[in-house]
Amino acid sequence: MELDAKIPSGPIEKKWEKHQFDMKLVNPANKRKYKVIMVGTGLAGGSAAATMGELGYDVHCFTFHDSPRRAHSIAAQGGINAAKNYQGDGDSIYRLFYDTVKGGDFRSREANVYRLAELSLNIIDQAVAQGVPFAREYGGLLANRSFGGAQVSRTFYARGQTGQQLLLGCYQALERQVAEGTVTMYNRHEMLDVIVIDGRARGIVTRHLVTGKIEAHMADAVILGTGGYSNVFFLSTNAKGCNVTATWRATKRGAGFANPCFTQIHPTCIPQSGEYQSKLTLMSESLRNDGRIWVPKKAGDDRPPHQIPDSERDYYLERLYPAFGNLTPRDIASRRAKEMVDAGHGVGPRKNGVYLDFRDAIERMGKDAVSERYGNLFQMYAKITGEDPYEVPMRIYPAPHYTMGGLWVDYNLMTTVPGLFAIGEANFSDHGANRLGASALMQGLADGYFVIPLTIGNYLADGPQGGVDGNHPAARDAVREVTEMQERLLAVNGNRSVDSFHMELGRLMWNHCGMSRNEADLKEALEKIPELRQRYWREVRVPGSGADLNQSLEKAGRVADFLEFAEMMCWDALTRDESCGAHYREEHTTEEGEARRDDENFAHGAVWEFRGAGEEPVRHREELTFEYVPLSQRSYK
Amino acid sequence: MKLTLHVWRQSGPRDEGRFETHRMDDVSPSMSFLDLLDMVNETITLEGGEPIAFEHDCREGICGSCGMMVNGVAHGPDDLITACQLHMRSFEDGDEIWIEPWRADAFPVMKDLVVDRSAFDRIVEAGGYISVRTGSAPDAHAVPVPKPDADRAFDAAACIGCGACVAACPNASAMLFTAAKAAHLSYLPQGQTERLERAMGMVATHDEEGFGNCTNHGACQVACPKGISVDYIARLNRDLMKATLTGVGMEGSGGD
Amino acid sequence: MRRVITLYRSSVGKKVAMAVSGLILFGFVVGHMLGNLKAFESHDGVGPHPLDAYAEFLREVGYPLIPEYGLLWGFRIVLLAAVGIHIVAAVQLWRQSRSARGKGYRKETSQVFSYASRTMRWGGVIVAAFVVYHLLHFTTGHAHPEFEYGNVYDNLVIGFQNPLVAGFYLVAVGALCLHLYHGLWSIFSTLGVQNPRVDRIRRPLAAVLSIGLFVGYAVVPLAVLAGILT
Repeated sequence: MELDAKIPSGPIEKKWEKHQFDMKLVNPANKRKYKVIMVGTGLAGGSAAATMGELGYDVHCFTFHDSPRRAHSIAAQGGINAAKNYQGDGDSIYRLFYDTVKGGDFRSREANVYRLAELSLNIIDQAVAQGVPFAREYGGLLANRSFGGAQVSRTFYARGQTGQQLLLGCYQALERQVAEGTVTMYNRHEMLDVIVIDGRARGIVTRHLVTGKIEAHMADAVILGTGGYSNVFFLSTNAKGCNVTATWRATKRGAGFANPCFTQIHPTCIPQSGEYQSKLTLMSESLRNDGRIWVPKKAGDDRPPHQIPDSERDYYLERLYPAFGNLTPRDIASRRAKEMVDAGHGVGPRKNGVYLDFRDAIERMGKDAVSERYGNLFQMYAKITGEDPYEVPMRIYPAPHYTMGGLWVDYNLMTTVPGLFAIGEANFSDHGANRLGASALMQGLADGYFVIPLTIGNYLADGPQGGVDGNHPAARDAVREVTEMQERLLAVNGNRSVDSFHMELGRLMWNHCGMSRNEADLKEALEKIPELRQRYWREVRVPGSGADLNQSLEKAGRVADFLEFAEMMCWDALTRDESCGAHYREEHTTEEGEARRDDENFAHGAVWEFRGAGEEPVRHREELTFEYVPLSQRSYK
Repeated sequence: MKLTLHVWRQSGPRDEGRFETHRMDDVSPSMSFLDLLDMVNETITLEGGEPIAFEHDCREGICGSCGMMVNGVAHGPDDLITACQLHMRSFEDGDEIWIEPWRADAFPVMKDLVVDRSAFDRIVEAGGYISVRTGSAPDAHAVPVPKPDADRAFDAAACIGCGACVAACPNASAMLFTAAKAAHLSYLPQGQTERLERAMGMVATHDEEGFGNCTNHGACQVACPKGISVDYIARLNRDLMKATLTGVGMEGSGGD
Repeated sequence: MRRVITLYRSSVGKKVAMAVSGLILFGFVVGHMLGNLKAFESHDGVGPHPLDAYAEFLREVGYPLIPEYGLLWGFRIVLLAAVGIHIVAAVQLWRQSRSARGKGYRKETSQVFSYASRTMRWGGVIVAAFVVYHLLHFTTGHAHPEFEYGNVYDNLVIGFQNPLVAGFYLVAVGALCLHLYHGLWSIFSTLGVQNPRVDRIRRPLAAVLSIGLFVGYAVVPLAVLAGILT
């Protein structure tokens, strides 16, 4: 597996500009002859499909949802970063770049991150022009807030529904192209394989989720914007449908998977309330701007929170990190919470949370101001827990939330399979070992609106590939393999539901490859996962048939993929024998309990090559160099 | 809690459909309504049946996937929530619960509780956007938007496209959905240029898709998980009247 | 004209037709109610009752510039047209909505704002039936036991002395006012009157107007039954 990142030469602030000039162009009159498949309609996929349609390509866009507007980007609450410096507080492209590289704990590619920071400006302009109703000040100009560990206010937001509003912007742009006939939408189609012909990605296999029809769609290039894999933990803040299937099946067709162990745990989620629970709910991190996090000093303290005087409360983040306090980055805030709960300071009926308290904020700003800022989040919390956060402190606990790992891509966002691209959360590129708050939306949109529509042209300019259709042997084989896998799943006819296996895998991964990891646990997981996978294929029960809407069958395929992918994730966590960002190896900590990087041996992206289910994948490296942001230990003291 | 559920089962678009009754003995009040359906499905699966098909995804009230009539009320008895945000503490031990799919000609049932809402996409296609090419936008601060307008636009933009308005409307009208999308854009300066064509296009598609008409019952506003106001419908009506009576979008009306 | 037809073709246009015709009918209903109250004007027993004089005035207003009955028939034609449009649009909208629902719900819980909105259609039918009876009763006299052309006051008193007739009248006027309560509120919305200041008073205004109308209409038969008008 060859890993050439194709980073343009020249100073970092000129790389993208230079690259745009150097890239080959497709004649506008010819663009219609190029067929591009876009899988996924979240911020990345939706914006990419719309923009490529606008440019004139023949775009075929697939989503497994009933409408492109349902993609999980919609659930992002907090905001989107952009180095606009509208607040005049010293922000700049360079600072956003710097913060992102440092926040990613030096495991991201500088050139990509710089481009991301540059494009952040255009995203806001684009979104506002589309009618995204960002929060505004009384003067009519855009409002900003500081978010998730940033010391400047660069986050644009739309109440607690930034993702929704940005996605609606993309969706509307996409529907406009659908109306103009440049984009063909395929709703309720799940991508189940990539068709590779002569070493190039030439199409995909999909299953129509209502009719069950499995078919091949051919194209000149395939782009995956299929999101992350946090649902490997079963309980996560991701939507129930989020899965690894598209990226995993691409991996099985030869795409390298980078840094699968970099999974982010979000610190402010509602703790689990029972065993039956199907998913965890995230509360925007912006709550940490005004809420104070604490636990009772005494372990096992059963008093209701208002009866615990301040002197007996441990505001542990403020105590440990005086400079950043409650705004420490996500990985740190999460780990400290876990430690508090593990040490018996947990609160709530299951002792599985810490308090996030707005008492002081309400005193300082008044209830109305708090409600103006966080009203919908408070309402959401109250609906779920039955408690009123204006009266009783919220209870929060970390939960899997975002995955920095993903398909390895070069500067053009192309995977190791020529013609196969990955954008948004599906790729690994920009966040390193830890993503900063409000950066996911930024990356998805930068990739979709501004990067892929140009870099795809550079790939396509070599001439339409043409000449293949669904009858090509490779396409027929792929369709047959997908059909066979489905038939095998339906034929097991065991005695356990798909969900029960997913839950079991999730527990295993959370306990062995979750918020903190160690060699023994990971090795144990590597023994248990294959065993679980074997049991799955013997004992799972997938009712119904493949010929109609069958949600159990959909889940069954996704869980089968998680069961293979989980192993690669553990291999990655095991071989990355250092702590960095969200990857916390208990063997590698500083005296203060912080992550200790090993830059000498691990300043690289680990890119995994699939060799067959159950076989140890091959680890490749992309060495990372840091010319602009000097390697340093993160410190948020 | 012990509950009796009567769930609509329909194997496909052409099936007649019928109610199926499930008695659940061990329901916790802190469960969400969809957790409960998961539990029912787990039981059905282990008993060898086919689980109930229902749409859901984010399970936090924002994706708009889920939606069902619970005891005749869209998204169930609580206000301002989607079905996934409904928790079992809203019910009493021993309750009987009727669960039905959205009913509207424009939302045909595909299976059990799953309906086809693609008509909404087509309404948006008919003009629910601002035409701006990627990369051609002026600086975001070039056009200030008065905060009250921005707030009103936002209130309309909060629509999640779940279809509860249609399901609850005695006329199965989608005017609240259509009006909310139009109002989101018509309150913003960026949305003015295409405002009247938008109203024309979206209402025409709304009618073509087979939705009923709005007779101002207000059931949509009550059912809307985001509390979107019927006042937006008045705004759309006005735009439509203006558009037709001034001949916007008609041949020879001075376009081009 | 083409533009009006384009408007009418959309569901919103039909509602606009409902609203505009409804507004005309509302104007009539108000005027009629005010005219009825002439029944209470004191009468010295000599010459025609003021109500009869008022009726005569309606027949002759504008004469000789306009022929006798001219304006009255003009009004009647406008009203008939409004009734026609109101009913045709209502039927078309009703058919569109009925087919839009498809299969109904097994378990229904009404979530609409008001009882009035749910009863618009049947309320409308009751009002229409009443109008026919009312015309036969007091205008042409076919349904009146002792009808005398021109003696409006006597016809009225005699007509309402039958408690069944008065009761039906009250029920019908009640249905009319319920219809108007939702109708008035609805007109604002349909005609696109929408600004935060108006929005707040829309419902109270509709309520006050429809209750006022009900009282205005109801006092006449009640006064007859109570023996105040003889």
